[in-house]
Amino acid sequence: MLSFVLRNFTWAMLTFITRKLAWAIATLLVASLFIFAALEIIPGDPAEVMLGINATDEAVEALRKNLGLDLPVHERYWAWISGLLVGDLGTSYTYAVPVSELVSERIVVSLPLAFLALLLSTLVALPVGLYAAAKRGGVMDTTIMALTQFGIAIPNFWFALLLVYVFAIWLQLVPSGGFPGWGEGLWPALRALLLPAIALALPQAAILSRVTRSALLETMGEDYIRTARAKGLSRRATLWKHALRNALIPVITIMGLQFAYLLAGTIIIENVFYLPGLGRLVFQAISARDLIVVESVVILLVGTIILINLLVDIAYTLVDPRLRANRA
Amino acid sequence: MSLLDIENLSLSIGDTPILHDVSLTVGAGEIVGIVGESGSGKSMTALAAMQLLPEGSSTTGSISFQNQQVQGADDALMQDLRGDDMAMIFQEPMTALNPVQTIGDQVAEGMILHEGLSKADAEARAKTLLERVGLPSNRYPLSRYPHELSGGQRQRVMIAMACAQSPDLLIADEPTTALDVTLQAQILRLLRDLVAEQGMGLILISHDLAVVAEMTDQLVVMRHGRVVEAGPTGKTLKALAHPYTAQLAAASSHIPKRTKPPVLTSEQTVNPLVQVKNVSRHYSQRRQSFFHKSPPVKAVNDVSFDLFPAQSMGLVGESGCGKSTLARLVLALDAPTAGDIHLDGESLLTTPPAQMPALRRKMQIVFQDPFASFNPRHTMERAVAEPLYLEPNLSKADRRDRVVAALKEVGLTASALTKYPHEFSGGQRQRLAIARALITRPQLIVADEPVSALDVSIRAQVMDLFTHLRERLGLTYLFISHDLGVVRAMCDEVLVMDGGKIVERGPVDDIFDNPQSEAAQRLVEATPDLERALALRNDAA
Amino acid sequence: MSFLRTALKNRSFTIGFAITALVVAMAAISFVWTPYGVDDQRVMEVGLQKPSLTYWLGTDNLGRDLLSRIMVGARNSIAVALVAVIIGVGLGVPLGCWAASRGGLVDEALMRGNDVVFAFPALLSAVMITATFGPGAINAIIAIGIFNIPVFARLSRGAALALWKREFIMAARAAGKSAPRITVEHIIPNMSNLLIVQATIAFALGIIQEAGLAYVGLGTQPPFPSWGKMLNEAQTMMAFAPHLAIVPGLAIVITVLGLNLLGDGLRDVLDPKLANRRPAEGDA
Repeated sequence: MLSFVLRNFTWAMLTFITRKLAWAIATLLVASLFIFAALEIIPGDPAEVMLGINATDEAVEALRKNLGLDLPVHERYWAWISGLLVGDLGTSYTYAVPVSELVSERIVVSLPLAFLALLLSTLVALPVGLYAAAKRGGVMDTTIMALTQFGIAIPNFWFALLLVYVFAIWLQLVPSGGFPGWGEGLWPALRALLLPAIALALPQAAILSRVTRSALLETMGEDYIRTARAKGLSRRATLWKHALRNALIPVITIMGLQFAYLLAGTIIIENVFYLPGLGRLVFQAISARDLIVVESVVILLVGTIILINLLVDIAYTLVDPRLRANRA
Repeated sequence: MSLLDIENLSLSIGDTPILHDVSLTVGAGEIVGIVGESGSGKSMTALAAMQLLPEGSSTTGSISFQNQQVQGADDALMQDLRGDDMAMIFQEPMTALNPVQTIGDQVAEGMILHEGLSKADAEARAKTLLERVGLPSNRYPLSRYPHELSGGQRQRVMIAMACAQSPDLLIADEPTTALDVTLQAQILRLLRDLVAEQGMGLILISHDLAVVAEMTDQLVVMRHGRVVEAGPTGKTLKALAHPYTAQLAAASSHIPKRTKPPVLTSEQTVNPLVQVKNVSRHYSQRRQSFFHKSPPVKAVNDVSFDLFPAQSMGLVGESGCGKSTLARLVLALDAPTAGDIHLDGESLLTTPPAQMPALRRKMQIVFQDPFASFNPRHTMERAVAEPLYLEPNLSKADRRDRVVAALKEVGLTASALTKYPHEFSGGQRQRLAIARALITRPQLIVADEPVSALDVSIRAQVMDLFTHLRERLGLTYLFISHDLGVVRAMCDEVLVMDGGKIVERGPVDDIFDNPQSEAAQRLVEATPDLERALALRNDAA
Repeated sequence: MSFLRTALKNRSFTIGFAITALVVAMAAISFVWTPYGVDDQRVMEVGLQKPSLTYWLGTDNLGRDLLSRIMVGARNSIAVALVAVIIGVGLGVPLGCWAASRGGLVDEALMRGNDVVFAFPALLSAVMITATFGPGAINAIIAIGIFNIPVFARLSRGAALALWKREFIMAARAAGKSAPRITVEHIIPNMSNLLIVQATIAFALGIIQEAGLAYVGLGTQPPFPSWGKMLNEAQTMMAFAPHLAIVPGLAIVITVLGLNLLGDGLRDVLDPKLANRRPAEGDA
């Protein structure tokens, strides 16, 4: 892989990636403005809103100071952003601990879960899509396509409930929820994430295998496939050597989009499995009106999505030489 | 013993019959041309020989290659033959190469597959081959990707790929149709040389009789999926025994009859209809690196010319020379970055928007592709009436009368009004496009390659129509084409463009008989000519 | 009606159309009739019951009839998803068309704006909105609708850019027509097939997203029945009353399946490649 990257490295590629990186940072800045502005437009004083109507004046004043509400808007935004850069997210008023501490405890559950789900869905979807495309129009293709149609229609959190019912309540094979923490060793932690990851991966795998199949079939109709066949390549060799890499371009696009859905799905599905991730944190924070926590979790997740999109853009340049070109 | 023997081949795709009892033979080292208009089945015949027909095809008859039956042969045998003993070059160089593989890998692939060469050996041979087809490795290294090459260069890569195993039979399906005449001449010369060097048999599929007359030993004329005539090329084209062959030959060198002299009277040359003065159109490019600002592309660079009423002016040049950009500027569909254009004495740049409709009424456009010229969702009444937007005060009845009149002008009836574009053939659509251009009673019509997408017989009719309309209505034409034959038949004068500049201007006959600029010489030399080709043949007697 | 006759030959379209019609009819009927009162709590008399002839889909722990609640819940799902699609189409399509017709800076700005919105999945927008304004069904609509905007903007921009290069657009420009007029007369009609298919898919996705938001308490609030909220309430009773979770879940699956099949069918029936196919005179 590394040698491939080095062999294909060009200055144009660096220019392309730098430009994308600059855009990613700009996007993140605009997104942070949105999130910050959302807090600004809260009707009434945020400190009062957060503490509720029964709060004492001293408590409200203390929180105002803590939130920096006595400062002008631009200074507060600057303080927030510069804090973000050094990992200082402020202090949670409900938990009375630094938000960065809370978030870092939780993110080690949510992110691994999202990545595990992405891995599972990719490992299932690519071979299935490839197989269906190779058997195009056959019984297996038709069956797979019908199954994926169901897969897309199943909400992941409902599928999660069913999994809990079957594996935890009925068969009693796994605990119905909770998370032992990574300190207990890799396997128990992964085991606790497995069912949620499967639940998250199923609908995504269904979509991804459909995309893989149609992308492959579309490339198989291209002129250069006929050229390869005219060269004497078998159908199979044509599929592997010529169609696959071209078909990867739309597949990567969909995988990038899916990650945003997976991250959102993770937040929801943590509730089904009682996983102590960012999702549970943010929902508790909403009911406790702990806006600093909400704000921090949202910017973190948005940042992750932007980062993944950047990686997708870089992946494009590896797959598609046209983006490495001087005209990039 | 012949190399390829097709006997009574019939083919249908789904329920649609495509070929009927096609028979042809190709001897070893022989060049056979297949000509025909679209729908004649010439490409399908070639694909059948390679057994690369689309899914859902059913065939009967026999195809034997080197005394082996390939009709219905299994994949294993065909994969041995394809690329090794028989190879094929396709029409569209832009899409026929894999965009994500280097040209080196694509040329070497067949050698590794068929000859079991190591990658290094295959690459060394690929290098020699690419050099042979005119892509020396110091300028075009093996690590190039297809998108870094032009259409002509890509077609050279295709040829290198096809000739890599010195096949006994090479099939070239319209290999130069997507290319300029100058590139066409180069590619054809390359093909002819390679075929001679390696002793290959060649099937050259083309719609262009002149190309076939220059290149081939044997000729097969096809129409509607049948072979209408076959024989030695020179003899067949001299004798023109079959009426269809004669019709093709007549249509491809058709010159519309003109009653008026091509020279303008001095009275006409006083007030030019169009005045193009020092016009440039530069496009800024996206920056390629942080360190250098990319220079602008000079699509049109300081161009000046006058166009007089009732004149028919040709505009020729290789693709990318800026002729289409210039046309868009003249039509005020794009603004020049420098210079000015006057139509009937009024500037296209400084005329206030309120007066623009009056100016636009005086000029209309006809495009190349009759299929893309119309919104597929509008009826022809609506489509043809579209330019009447420039005359907002017309009543509905007046509009319809104008549409019917315009249709009549191009030889169509009011029955076309309620139909949709897909209900018409290509030739009819081009007539409709002309009707749309005529509806505002313009003085100037800019025609951008208006006949190059049409089959020769239809092309002749549309050329007649243009000439007839010009004489009847006193129209002025700016006629863009890459086909010198068409320009010579249609125009009085011609502008030759090269690299965004006009390099030569003069009466058509002068320029085509005695070109001065290098660009014009290139074009004239490269243009295939049926009579010249036949005169050079020694088997024509 | 000739369109419907052609379309009904397509299996996906027929099944999808039938399912969608059924769900819509169910929602419509619920306005005038449900088997039982939707909020009739009869904890003592009825209580939790499995599906039976009296209560076709069973009852919940408060003795409320599930079928009635599913029927009324359909209204909620359809309304949220539909309004979200309307927001997406209503804002996304004009923006996409505008960017395509102007190009340059406008285009660049719009695409970058799209990137920003794409970084906010409906769930995160809903989190922000709920944290700011408190919970409610309208949050779900706005959150899903916002995410639909870049989806439709990107789709219509791409389609419009391709159309602007077509020669019939050039002819319209030569007729002096302005970009907005050309967009309305030529561009939008020629991408309507694409938009219809995407709208169907966005509708289906909206139903899943609404259920997810309601499930975590960011969407429709009780007592109004919503499929997602019903799933949330069922969670603690999974062990002894699985039907409480299975019934609303199946309602979602069937509705979404129907819409997806409808979308697939429409894509085949309306396929522009098939519709604009050149007559059989091209050299095949």
